[in-house]
Amino acid sequence: MLAPDDNLLEVENLRVSFGTERGVAKVLDGVNLTIRRGEIMGLVGESGCGKTTLARAILGILPANARHETGSLRFGGEDLLRMPRRRVDDQIRGRRITFIPQDPFASFNPLFRIGSQAREVMKWKSPRRPEHAGRGLFGFFSRYPRARRKADAADAVEMMRTVQIPRADEAFDKLPHEFSGGQRQRLMIALALMPQPDLVIADEPTTALDVTIQAQILKLLKRLVKERGVSVLFTTHDLGTAYEICDRITVMYAGQEVEMAPVDDFFQRPSHPYTVRLLESLPKPGREPREIGGEIPGLVDPPAGCRFHPRCAHATDICHMKRPATTSVSAAHDLRCYHPVGATVPA
Amino acid sequence: MREAPILKADRLSRHFPVRNAFGIRTGAVRALDGVSFEVAPGETLGIVGESGCGKSTLGKALVGIHPLSGGAIVFEGEEISRLSGRERRAVAPRLQYCHQDPGNSLDPRWTVRRSLEEPLIVHTELEAAERVIRIRDLLRQVGLPQTHLDLYPHELSGGQQRRVGLARILALHPRLVVLDEPTSGLDMSVQATVLKLFGELRQAFALTYLFISHDLSVVRMMCDRVAVMYLGRIVEIAPTETLFRAPQHPYTQSLLAAIPDIGGRRVTDTFTLEGEPPDPARLPSGCRFRTRCPRAVAACAETDPALRPLRPDHAAACLLAG
Repeated sequence: MLAPDDNLLEVENLRVSFGTERGVAKVLDGVNLTIRRGEIMGLVGESGCGKTTLARAILGILPANARHETGSLRFGGEDLLRMPRRRVDDQIRGRRITFIPQDPFASFNPLFRIGSQAREVMKWKSPRRPEHAGRGLFGFFSRYPRARRKADAADAVEMMRTVQIPRADEAFDKLPHEFSGGQRQRLMIALALMPQPDLVIADEPTTALDVTIQAQILKLLKRLVKERGVSVLFTTHDLGTAYEICDRITVMYAGQEVEMAPVDDFFQRPSHPYTVRLLESLPKPGREPREIGGEIPGLVDPPAGCRFHPRCAHATDICHMKRPATTSVSAAHDLRCYHPVGATVPA
Repeated sequence: MREAPILKADRLSRHFPVRNAFGIRTGAVRALDGVSFEVAPGETLGIVGESGCGKSTLGKALVGIHPLSGGAIVFEGEEISRLSGRERRAVAPRLQYCHQDPGNSLDPRWTVRRSLEEPLIVHTELEAAERVIRIRDLLRQVGLPQTHLDLYPHELSGGQQRRVGLARILALHPRLVVLDEPTSGLDMSVQATVLKLFGELRQAFALTYLFISHDLSVVRMMCDRVAVMYLGRIVEIAPTETLFRAPQHPYTQSLLAAIPDIGGRRVTDTFTLEGEPPDPARLPSGCRFRTRCPRAVAACAETDPALRPLRPDHAAACLLAG
């Protein structure tokens, strides 16, 4: 069923646009990305670069004014964009691709106990659920066999223990507000891992947390996904967080990927001018952060060619005309730039 | 002899009552619990800590947004915490507060021009024409084009809103500005620009900053001295470089260990602090950090350690420090 190579997800030339008052905003404009099995892929970029839209496109939960135009999202060899909607709902989203949201405060239903929300996830998305179980009204009334219900509930409690919720069985009877932000994010991680997914999409899961809690959560998430061989798409605007947890990093700028590299290579040899300037803008002891200058371009009428060229010190005529093709800096380090930083300029 | 402090906080406390379902007081959250420090003119003092440690309450108490439950604030030699009404208003232009979220602190129905003019109308005797000149100057100093005067807050980006917020404060030529989380919610590249602006304005206006932030790398870059808060108390205060190089309080040590260090060892491999801060309405006995402290001993449960100087400019509230 799965492709022979170890790429779990292949995003190819994906374009998503939104109809807005000012025209069509090309939020994703030819994005390419691969995620291997068991890998944590960091998706880094500033607000408006399209990282959340990409995450939502993979989950199939784009807002109603979004239009898929072209491209493909191959997950385990099958194109999610061409898969029947019903199959995505039933077998992919929430089951094989799950989600950890940014804000653990707004993402639980405040009126239901944690246990009931966990059981709801397991009822519909547990790996024990038969593939062709009923849907709609029929599904609503169909049997949830006692044996499966018990096994699912036991799994859920076990998962709460795994994410180090104190007194996990009592936690089932509590309401979301009784937990702190850090604990709620632990619960979110538990819910995301309960269906035993292949891919977890984590959308800035630690931005709402304090730094010591962030360190705890990153440590936990990294350990759990590595133990289970789950792949993660980890979106963040914080390069420090990306350094902590990711195996590879993809940088996005204005709806396109610009650089993709293994984490150590990425921080040792950043090659795209945007990446370099981004790293220079971080506050570091002993030096002033350097600003990038200019503003992030609008997506209704983005610059032609390389979208970074109006802000780039290295830009030449070719940069205005055509988006650079993917070139390799080294084995696994890909780049879209005509004038890579720190490299000899190819003729 | 050091210069006389511009601001002196003396055992500030601010308690919020906790009430039960019948509205009867059952306890208090001590958001500030005996906080004392001094700020020298021209200095930038950083206040760091995690959510709920009282750092925002401290900022708001200093400028009079929160009334104090106890303690005294001396600003430019004048005790201001007991002033009220007209007298307090006379201090306000010199002691300003920069809100955390500039988007929400600007009136959405006011243009930039009107937002900038309001403090001048309230606090100065300037004529309309003079106000216009002052507003144009301000806008230039915070790096915004004159065309932005007629825009509404929603037409500005986060970084630009921050600039308008700053211009509004600088309109009155303050001496001390309390910056409450001035970089939260900004993108990396915008943050760099805004931090640079803070530095330039400090020079241009001879400002003193109280820089409240949870972002330690920003604080390290901006501040001369740093105070670390935990559950309503200052647990350590020292010059920035001393604090980052040789932190003495176990909490400061954990806080520093949690910052990602690009190119260095990964926090996910090395971080050891367990647990979360206790409920501020039910503090543990003795030292407030002992429930999470890796070095806690029996004495920590009995004695509540006071902030004690380890060296002339370095103090920590820990029995084991030094």
